[in-house]
Amino acid sequence: MTETFYEVMRRQGITRRSFLKYCSLTAAALGLGPAFVPKIAHAMENKPRIPVIWLHGLECTCCTESFIRSAHPLAKDVILSMISLDYDDTIMAAAGEQAEAIIDETIAKYDGNFILACEGNPPLNQDGMSCIIAGKPYLEQLKHAAAHCKAIISWGSCASYGCVQAAKPNPTRAVPIHKVIHDKPIIKVPGCPPIAEVMTSVITYMLTFDQIPELDRQGRPKMFYSQRIHDKCYRRPHFDAGQFVESWDDEGARKGYCLYKVGCKGPTTYNACSTTRWNEGTSFPIQAGHGCIGCSEDGFWDKGSWYARLTDIKQFGVESTADVIGGTLAATVGAATAVHLGVSVVKRAQQKGDQE
Amino acid sequence: MSVKQTPNGYELNDSGRRVVVDPVTRIEGHMRCEVNLDENNVIRNAVSSGTMWRGLEVILKGRDPRDAWAFVERICGVCTGCHALTSVRAVEDALGIEIPKNAHLIREIMAKTLQVHDHVVHFYHLHALDWVNPVNALKADPKETSKIQQLVSPSHPMSSPGYFRDIQTRIRKFIESGQLGPFKNGYWDNPAYKLPPEVDLMAVAHYLEALDMQKEFVKVHTVFGGKNPHPNYLVGGVPCAINMDGPLSAGAPLNMERLNFVKARIDEMKTFCDNVYIPDVIGIASFYKTWLYGGGHGAKNVMDYGAYPKVNYDKSTDQLPGGVILNDNWNEVFPIDPRDPEQVQEFVAHSWYSYPDEKKGLHPWDGVTEGNFELGAGTKGTRTNIKALDESAKYSWIKAPRWRGHAVEVGPLSRYTLAYAQNVEYVQEQVHRSVAAFNQLAGTDADAKTVLQSTIGRTLARALEGQYCADMMVDDWNELIANIKAGDSATANMDKWDPSTWPKEAKGVGTVAAPRGGLGHWIKIKDGRIENYQCVVPTTWNGSPRDPAGNIGAFEASLMNTPMERPDEPVEILRSLHSFDPCLACATHVMSESGEELTRVKVR
Repeated sequence: MTETFYEVMRRQGITRRSFLKYCSLTAAALGLGPAFVPKIAHAMENKPRIPVIWLHGLECTCCTESFIRSAHPLAKDVILSMISLDYDDTIMAAAGEQAEAIIDETIAKYDGNFILACEGNPPLNQDGMSCIIAGKPYLEQLKHAAAHCKAIISWGSCASYGCVQAAKPNPTRAVPIHKVIHDKPIIKVPGCPPIAEVMTSVITYMLTFDQIPELDRQGRPKMFYSQRIHDKCYRRPHFDAGQFVESWDDEGARKGYCLYKVGCKGPTTYNACSTTRWNEGTSFPIQAGHGCIGCSEDGFWDKGSWYARLTDIKQFGVESTADVIGGTLAATVGAATAVHLGVSVVKRAQQKGDQE
Repeated sequence: MSVKQTPNGYELNDSGRRVVVDPVTRIEGHMRCEVNLDENNVIRNAVSSGTMWRGLEVILKGRDPRDAWAFVERICGVCTGCHALTSVRAVEDALGIEIPKNAHLIREIMAKTLQVHDHVVHFYHLHALDWVNPVNALKADPKETSKIQQLVSPSHPMSSPGYFRDIQTRIRKFIESGQLGPFKNGYWDNPAYKLPPEVDLMAVAHYLEALDMQKEFVKVHTVFGGKNPHPNYLVGGVPCAINMDGPLSAGAPLNMERLNFVKARIDEMKTFCDNVYIPDVIGIASFYKTWLYGGGHGAKNVMDYGAYPKVNYDKSTDQLPGGVILNDNWNEVFPIDPRDPEQVQEFVAHSWYSYPDEKKGLHPWDGVTEGNFELGAGTKGTRTNIKALDESAKYSWIKAPRWRGHAVEVGPLSRYTLAYAQNVEYVQEQVHRSVAAFNQLAGTDADAKTVLQSTIGRTLARALEGQYCADMMVDDWNELIANIKAGDSATANMDKWDPSTWPKEAKGVGTVAAPRGGLGHWIKIKDGRIENYQCVVPTTWNGSPRDPAGNIGAFEASLMNTPMERPDEPVEILRSLHSFDPCLACATHVMSESGEELTRVKVR
């Protein structure tokens, strides 16, 4: 029995009016205009819940913890109404053999038609036995599920880049997902962790438009990762005015001046923290007084102290603003055209993987 | 072997059927459990194995001590922030930095917010399905559920028959869709589940309410630390400066609006604990009154470093005082000193690491971490396809920490045992009140010790600690406001921020009451860089394998002598393991690749 989002929402007692409001909010969250509301509504009225297998390698579970913080849509609505989260060892009822059986059951029923969500990464040292699932290396579980999935979401900086366990000297030889899986489209959603609403928006977008979002050259969705935190930071006017925090808790810190001189990595970090912000828009690191540590950037653990000033200031001066604005416009247009290009995006990603 | 007596009083018998659970789910990280059952399906031998490691301490060597908090924070995203707090405390201890009062209070509020959040998410989203059967909830009469709700918690507004009917309808359609999601392959017809359908329905409703509320709780971290999970910390204080009424106050990290926002979240936490969490735990427990298994070391052999001082740096003002209790003797509390090389020691005889002499333990400041993934001769299967472990040899990525050689349990139950024994009135009153409520609902006459020394006691103590933390936060917030009103708005002490002010060599310890138990970080600094960093974390204590003397750890002890309804369905095993809230990424972050020079951690 397959069901659509709309049916699911209706039988939860959600009115059509509320449903359409939800579609508008989704469109807004995705940075899309009102013209997209009917498309979203149509998609949700006609699609069944897609199975998701969510695997955990070497990680700290911060991605799952972030995911359940999502406010719009609520995590419970994603899990009960939008996807079918058939395997996620952090929350699933079954354990041991009954848990592992689910992966094969899902493959048998939905071969090529489920999403593989990866949190954490596989270690290669010690024959992979520094991450053991059911007595075997995690890498085996990952490769088995990946061979049958439709697409992969690499949640967070572990799956996308390696993150903390891959920091020098990377004792376990932990590697990101794309280093071991080459023949599937991979959407990287970096950050340690990624913002909750970014995670659920990526899922909602894929379900709604039945395609992966437009990705940049690194494989990140452009809709959330095409701008540097500095570009839209509320403290940017102080940077431009030369007003800086010189030391923690000084006069500048109390006035909310720019944190560049105490090491903020906002000028070189691509993420949505200064726009979408964290925990339902409550705040983000710079507003709370600490510089950005660049947690959505590849290898950020090995790019110097959190408190060391960036030295390549000229690259992100005011003069680059025009480029940035231009890039943003292009991304918005791109999102519109991507509706028709989705299939080819998937194909391109696959071909790229095949060539590697 | 077949039958063996452990020094800490357990009879292990591995002659019966071996049952393997791998992965143990609804925990943080990866773990495996094996047990032997006798002919009556009673557990007579238990083997717990940590099945992941990451090596963060190795990665920290040579880095700036002021950066360490962010690295170790990523040990765990569930107990997010507690490793960062422990780290800044260890560095400040080493360098002799005292933080301002406001910074202390803000850190306290963040730590207690984590306690409430983590305990709530643990109970509802990791533990509840061991007791609650969502499929059975479909049989409930929502009117009866409404009556029960209003009886156990008259102040909770979401209690109407219509509310529960809507939830039931939602769950029914979800289950009838055939796409069961997280409930797939659960053990829903196992007789181990005892709740009436009406209570199952109430618990399912609260599973969803808790999921909605927990995202509100963590916003306290977002205000003070900018994000959650993984808020930001600072050596010397907190990064969130205070500006109540000066120029540009509105764009400052903390102003009146931000502090009011925090207060609103604190009030929500308190209300949820009082109205939902505590009544649920007691109510559900009363239906399992005959299932008082799982005690193990719980409330008998316990340890904590002590936490929540009313006056910072004065351990005598700890609102949850630390110490060690051994052999169920609540009349004697041994003081604990994390600096004493004779007290906290780690052993590796049964862990996948090598020591020069594996009969001896090492204090964390002198810790050696050298990986050695070797399976015993009795292992069934192969090196990369293990069917059954050989616990007479090495069998886990977790080390075995001991206090003066004793295997002890850590966690909320241990803290509550220590607080009760040391006459903390708030805790004694809470325990007496909840045990009385349990007895009233269950129609029993159990004393506090009987209830606490069980899996249910572990779960109850965690809930009570959440409630206590919510109450303490109200005090902290009031004190913060009073201190700012008195003219003190300092949030950071920068006197020793510059490494040129540091001694050539220094060492320090930081401790925190982490959600899962006493957490300690030990740091050595040399020439402004980290020379050695060791963490001994709660799940290392609780999930430890055997030590050279043969003592079993707290996980293993808790499973002993528990009967299973069905050997192939590990409901009872999950129940007791989950009552510890295992965190395997915490326990097994230590590693090094055998033979690789870079990854050898050897001090002196």
